[in-house]
Amino acid sequence: MLSFNLLVLACLSYALFLFAVAFWAEKRAERGQLGWLRSPVIYTLSLSIYCTAWTFYGAVGYAARSGIEFATIYMGPTMVMIGWWWILRKLVRIGRTQRITSVADLISSRYGKSTTLGVLVTVLAVVGTTPYIALQLQSVALSFAVFGVANPGGLVEPDLNHTALWVAAGLVLFTILFGTRNLDANERHHGVVTAIALEAVVKFLGLVGVGIFVVWGIGDGVGDMLARIDASPVSKVNIDGTRFITLTILSGAAFLTLPRMFQVLVVENAEERHLFTAGWAFPLYLFGMSLFVIPIAVVGLDVLPATSNPDMFVLTLPLKYDQQGLATISFLGGFSSATSMVIVAAIALSTMVSNHIVMPIWLSFRKDGATVSGDVRSVVLLSRRLSIAGVLALGYFYFRLSGGSEALAAIGMISFTGIAQVLPAMLGGIFWRGATRTGAIAGILVGFAVWAYTMFLPSFGEAAGYSADLLAHGPWGVNLLRPQALFGVIGVDPVVHAVVWSLALNTGVFLLGSLVSFPRPVERLQGAQFVNVFEHTGSTRSWAQGTAEAEDLLVMAQRIIGASEAQTLFHVEAEAQGKQGYLPDATPQFLERLERELAGSVGAATAHAMLGQIAGGIVVSVEDLMAVADETAQMLEHSSQLELQSEELARTARKLREANEKLTELSIQKDAFLSQISHELRTPMTSIRAFSEILRDGGQSNEPMDPTSLTRFSGIIHDEARRLTRLLDDLLDLSVLENGQVSLNWSRTNLHDVIERALDTTAQGLEGQDLGIERNAISEHIAIETDTDRLAQVFINLIANARKYCDADVPVLRITARRLVNDHIQIDFVDNGSGIPKHKQNMIFEKFSRLTDQAKAGGAGLGLAICREIVANLGGSISYLPGQGGAAFRIDVPRVHHKGR
Amino acid sequence: MSEHRRSPLYLARASYRRRRLIDAQRLLPIFLFLLYLVPLLWGGAGSDEPIGGGVRGYVHIFTVWIGAIVAAGLIARALMRDDALDSDTAQENPVEPAGKSPFGDGSS
Repeated sequence: MLSFNLLVLACLSYALFLFAVAFWAEKRAERGQLGWLRSPVIYTLSLSIYCTAWTFYGAVGYAARSGIEFATIYMGPTMVMIGWWWILRKLVRIGRTQRITSVADLISSRYGKSTTLGVLVTVLAVVGTTPYIALQLQSVALSFAVFGVANPGGLVEPDLNHTALWVAAGLVLFTILFGTRNLDANERHHGVVTAIALEAVVKFLGLVGVGIFVVWGIGDGVGDMLARIDASPVSKVNIDGTRFITLTILSGAAFLTLPRMFQVLVVENAEERHLFTAGWAFPLYLFGMSLFVIPIAVVGLDVLPATSNPDMFVLTLPLKYDQQGLATISFLGGFSSATSMVIVAAIALSTMVSNHIVMPIWLSFRKDGATVSGDVRSVVLLSRRLSIAGVLALGYFYFRLSGGSEALAAIGMISFTGIAQVLPAMLGGIFWRGATRTGAIAGILVGFAVWAYTMFLPSFGEAAGYSADLLAHGPWGVNLLRPQALFGVIGVDPVVHAVVWSLALNTGVFLLGSLVSFPRPVERLQGAQFVNVFEHTGSTRSWAQGTAEAEDLLVMAQRIIGASEAQTLFHVEAEAQGKQGYLPDATPQFLERLERELAGSVGAATAHAMLGQIAGGIVVSVEDLMAVADETAQMLEHSSQLELQSEELARTARKLREANEKLTELSIQKDAFLSQISHELRTPMTSIRAFSEILRDGGQSNEPMDPTSLTRFSGIIHDEARRLTRLLDDLLDLSVLENGQVSLNWSRTNLHDVIERALDTTAQGLEGQDLGIERNAISEHIAIETDTDRLAQVFINLIANARKYCDADVPVLRITARRLVNDHIQIDFVDNGSGIPKHKQNMIFEKFSRLTDQAKAGGAGLGLAICREIVANLGGSISYLPGQGGAAFRIDVPRVHHKGR
Repeated sequence: MSEHRRSPLYLARASYRRRRLIDAQRLLPIFLFLLYLVPLLWGGAGSDEPIGGGVRGYVHIFTVWIGAIVAAGLIARALMRDDALDSDTAQENPVEPAGKSPFGDGSS
């Protein structure tokens, strides 16, 4: 007999192995070397989370009770997969173009990014999935007990509740570790997917292994097995035709709507082409999982004592014949099916809960919008982690409360029917433009209510108030409302009764509600995009131009998708628009793109609300647009060529406008400078002349000057002459730099030393207040090949500027350096003052530009212009970085000098 | 045919075949569903078999099942080969013929 302790050890090492595989896959994904990890095979295997412990243990029990009917649960998904061209292809395409994160997100986003629908579907999913998670915990606990009973002398006491608790805790750990590592823009979890693909192989081997042992080990080949089946009570069961058809359709529906299936089918789908393979390979997997179910059930009923639980035949059969290896594989298979289902379901549910319940609440609590301080990313991640723990806790409590004695199949059926209530809204949403939010809400509510009344609550029996009297005579003696014979439909199987009534009323109300209501503009736009996803690749506009400040958007985006990602996104967009820097125009197209990027992290409804807070006034603009776009949409499509041209024109015009603005401003500045430079030259000249005259006259007069005034006057002359020289030096320096005639002394040095030197020089600065410096010395140790003096000159200038102009009470300058992938070094200087106003940001690097009046500045406004020329000569660039909460400058220089540049 | 590789006739033929393959792909689940329900007609009162035909039904359902999988695999392979051949030209919208209604994609 296999030792129970050995089994626990095997189980623990298997779990450790899964952690290692998931970790390895995450690391590979981070390095971008996914390779075969994103192949169609992995995709197909990840779909196998459809086969939970309900399949692994429950299918045999189901077959032992009802014969071939068990196959309906696998036939429904087989038909959906084989017919993927009908529905799945469209779902996957929509999921990719609209960045859908969950089934609730799909429904909410289709019906005008409705928060109500998101909440509704999320609640439905949580209620429907909790029993299912309980079921998984129960089956793992039961399978441990099977071994425990067989071997009572073990060190570990097999207590069902303790086992379930330990399993639940382990699953929370795994799911949080690998399910909420990052807020990916497309919500993919490579580590998790790889681990569940591995688990798929283990459970397949487990079940097929037992099947082969039963057919060729216990039995005597196929012929003998067919004879045994013929003689067994399993093949004497009459098939109930209505039940057979209903269950097939129900399982097909659940396959599309279960949150965990939607997660792996649509969200984790890496490439649409994988459907080609999965379309036949996944049915093959299901076929393999089902093929041996009947033989195992037949032999189990035949050789095992009548008291043994048919749900555990997969374990008890090999144990009876003392096949320890097979029993262990089979046990690990059951363990895999339970854990992989719980992990994916928890990830899917936590995404839904955080995006559709927590985020809207959090947003509504922050009246001043998404731009206030605080990190949205951490809020989202924290809420996901808590939701994962919460979902598993719910499952565990359901397991404790229900006592865990019911047959596995019954719980599965209840769960399937509950979540299938999403189907009418889902299919209606992707195939019928006329489907509206009102219809969808009404349909789902009615379906949910009927399901709860006829199926979910009766499963609790007396505890939920379903007495025998209520079942027999209906509430308040109203016969028509009997929970299992609604409106006088008597004598139907309860499952069929509940499925047919709930889905029929749901669909009816959904259709009727859609027919009589009128969709809001956003709904109509989304509807057209979803239904015609294959026709339009371009998207419809829903944001009015120019209502949002690009800088506010950048601040918000930085906090949701991360600083560097957001900066890259904005920079790329700005370049596409033909602008420089990090602030593109807030065109409708850009807002659309940004919203979709954000939707990948926080869900469509939340992203829409956040952008709405900043952009504002969306309803009006969409309505205006609708009036234009509604009837002319067809024509517009044909004139896409024209659109391209006009886009090109718009881009050129924008460039020209920008150039023109710059020229005008430059010319004004030049004029200003001429008067200023003459002033600058004349003031010292005047005082030099005046004081030298005094000195000359003093020398000629009778009474000679006293030595103190002599020193003072000549000192003034000297100072003024120095000021003149400095000004001329700066001008000379600049002209040399601009003409590229400067000779640079390239040498290797440590960036840290350069910054250190710059700080030392400015520490004895004369003007300005005390400036706190914040830096990370370790990250500065980067070897760099550059002109040390020139680079230091740039740093000194930036630090001195911060010292002079930072207007915070306690001025602090933050210096960060990092090495980029393209072997460049990025150095940011960010202070905590009020920054530079947007309309000045374009001009600060120009010659003679000054923000404040001359008296305060004390220079000629050449510093930043010199900096820009130096950095350009070093092969890099310097730019103003908006949205950092103060004045921020970013220097980007190559780490190694390339000759001939 | 091969010497007219670039002629419109050949291309039309290829995309014609492709559309028929897709039709087959779409019809397959419907055939599967109908064939799968056949055992419901077997047995019952008046015969010595239960409804569903007992072991005969079991063998039938699994045969239909694997048959559909093989057919789906062959169609998918043919479609993927086409896709690889003219992936540059037909990637964007390989299915819908011009003028077809937007609801043509599955108003089942």
